[in-house]
Amino acid sequence: MTRLITSGFSHFILFIGILIMIVPVWMIFASSTHSGLTINTQGLQMFLGDSFYENYLRVLLYKGGFFKEITALKMFLNSFIMATGVAILSVITSLMAAYALVYFRTKYATLLFWMIFVTILVPLELRIFPTYSVMAELNLVNSYFGLIVPISASAIATLFFRQFYKTVPDELLESAKLDGANTWRFFIDFLLPLSKTMIVAMLIFMFVFGYNQYLWPLLVTSSEQYWTVVMGLKMMSGSIVHRFAFVMMSMVPPILIIIVLQKHFIKGVFQDK
Amino acid sequence: MSFLDLKNVTKIYPNGTKAVHETSLSINEGEFMVFVGPSGCGKSTLLRMVAGLEDITEGDINLDGQLINEVDPSERDVAMVFQNYALYPHMNVYNNLAYGLKNRGIDKETIEQKVNDAAKLLQISDFLQRKPSMLSGGQRQRVAMGRAIVRNPKIFLFDEPLSNLDAKLRIQMRLEIKKLQQKVGVTSIFVTHDQVEAMTLADRLAVINDGIIEQLGTPIEIYNNPKSLFVAGFIGSPQMNFLDANLNNKTLSAENFEIKNIESDYNGEVTLGIRPEHLIETENGLINLKVELVEQLGSDNLVYGQIKNIKDFCYRSPGNQTIKKGDNLSLNIEENKYYIFDKSTGKRVN
Ligand SMILES: Nc1ncnc2c1ncn2[C@@H]1O[C@H](COP(=O)(O)OP(=O)(O)O)[C@@H](O)[C@H]1O
Ligand SMILES: [Mg+2]
Repeated sequence: MTRLITSGFSHFILFIGILIMIVPVWMIFASSTHSGLTINTQGLQMFLGDSFYENYLRVLLYKGGFFKEITALKMFLNSFIMATGVAILSVITSLMAAYALVYFRTKYATLLFWMIFVTILVPLELRIFPTYSVMAELNLVNSYFGLIVPISASAIATLFFRQFYKTVPDELLESAKLDGANTWRFFIDFLLPLSKTMIVAMLIFMFVFGYNQYLWPLLVTSSEQYWTVVMGLKMMSGSIVHRFAFVMMSMVPPILIIIVLQKHFIKGVFQDK
Repeated sequence: MSFLDLKNVTKIYPNGTKAVHETSLSINEGEFMVFVGPSGCGKSTLLRMVAGLEDITEGDINLDGQLINEVDPSERDVAMVFQNYALYPHMNVYNNLAYGLKNRGIDKETIEQKVNDAAKLLQISDFLQRKPSMLSGGQRQRVAMGRAIVRNPKIFLFDEPLSNLDAKLRIQMRLEIKKLQQKVGVTSIFVTHDQVEAMTLADRLAVINDGIIEQLGTPIEIYNNPKSLFVAGFIGSPQMNFLDANLNNKTLSAENFEIKNIESDYNGEVTLGIRPEHLIETENGLINLKVELVEQLGSDNLVYGQIKNIKDFCYRSPGNQTIKKGDNLSLNIEENKYYIFDKSTGKRVN
């Protein structure tokens, strides 16, 4: 009986928490389906209006920016390319870096690892000017390459993969060696499949990280053709309902990625155990 | 030159531990060799040097006429069964067995044939599609064996592969390993700290102590003729009884009995060793045992008791005798079935 009460109580608390988080999002969504006039005269709306298609289509296809040459659709594409690039590239580099740190007989592997690790303490903003000047010299300003590569080395992902590799028993490597596997095959045939779950988790994490970038894309792109969604959020002008619609849409890609990849993530967790 | 030749092999780990001391050993083709010794004596190290998983600090290892000191483990054509099996957790049983063959570039049909043959031999055909996590301990053990057999390597290496199994399964697998090895005929080295396992499996066994082979021989040779106190104490179950004694002019005097006409010219302090199974009850025997504990095994009894100041002296009596706590037994040693060791060096002197 007391258990029922406590569990009821904790559910109640959780429910309140969900409300606090959901309600503002819902209000933005509901408001984004009304006309600008309604919002301006009656304030934020709790219920759906009838201008959904009109507002969202206009936002997607409207040519904005100073030179009126970028649409929201293009921004989504840019953000998607950038986030995917960052996710894939940083997972690949961290997987390999961790492999070298754990499995190669490097004398100062631990020292090297900590040197990589302290870069977590150095935020992007601190190294943004040197990084920019490198990109400028290489003529990579205003390119996807320039958007993606400089932020695709992740100390955190390296840390996660390193810690995971350390839990892989030595006998597995030894056994694989005796079965004729070389260094490369051990990586491909063993470490990759074994870290599937963690790879998916890191892909999600790095996708969101890449998607959320603001300062770096702002700096490294001068052409509007390379604007991203997060930059667009800042640059948006126009009717409040259109801005709401844009905000709503900007949340979709990360959520979609999580939903799509989560399936593999959970499957991985249950299969490997 | 024999099939596997170890010449003055020494292993010093980077931290300075000297795990193997200038060990030399020859193993013939098809032979089942067992390394036995207490934990930490260097058995695994020796085995792993043969496999190529540890560098050889000094000395030479020849396998099938080829010096393999510098040969990569993947090129040595040896197979190893690990204590925890080290099965590939993300591959099903079929792929666990097939992996080594794939790496050798063998074609698909041949692989399938070989895997199926090995699976049949080990009775794991029904599990080929399962992941290792869905197998019992005994089945995993078989898969690990299968992975070794399927490659038909030059040599099998076993590093205490049975110690994770329960007692009954262990005895069963022990038998199967022996049968399998005889059938396949592959040269094998088996490492264990369990002397019963060692005795039952070995064609020849090497008793290792502190990185040194103390004695090398067939199980029965070593049982009948231990060359040192260590070997005598390690081989045989229950353990040999040891008594302090003095040897002077071919007469051995222990605390309360004497043995005359000993065949040894050694004079001085010695340790007398008597196996529990080499004692017989008689009237007016040499030894008077005051019984303190009886373990009834059915086939025989293990009788533990006290001789004067010596505790836990063991006598193995036939099972049909009823011996109780508090009894006084009079025992004799079977003709010449005693071992005398130099007390300071542990070397056998009779
Ligand atoms: N990687 C290692 N580094 C340092 N010392 C080791 C290492 N592996 C084993 N040793 C030491 O070498 C000795 C022999 O070890 P091992 O061959 O594993 O013994 P066994 O298999 O007979 O139990 C032990 O004293 C052990 O502590
Ligand atoms: Mg060992």
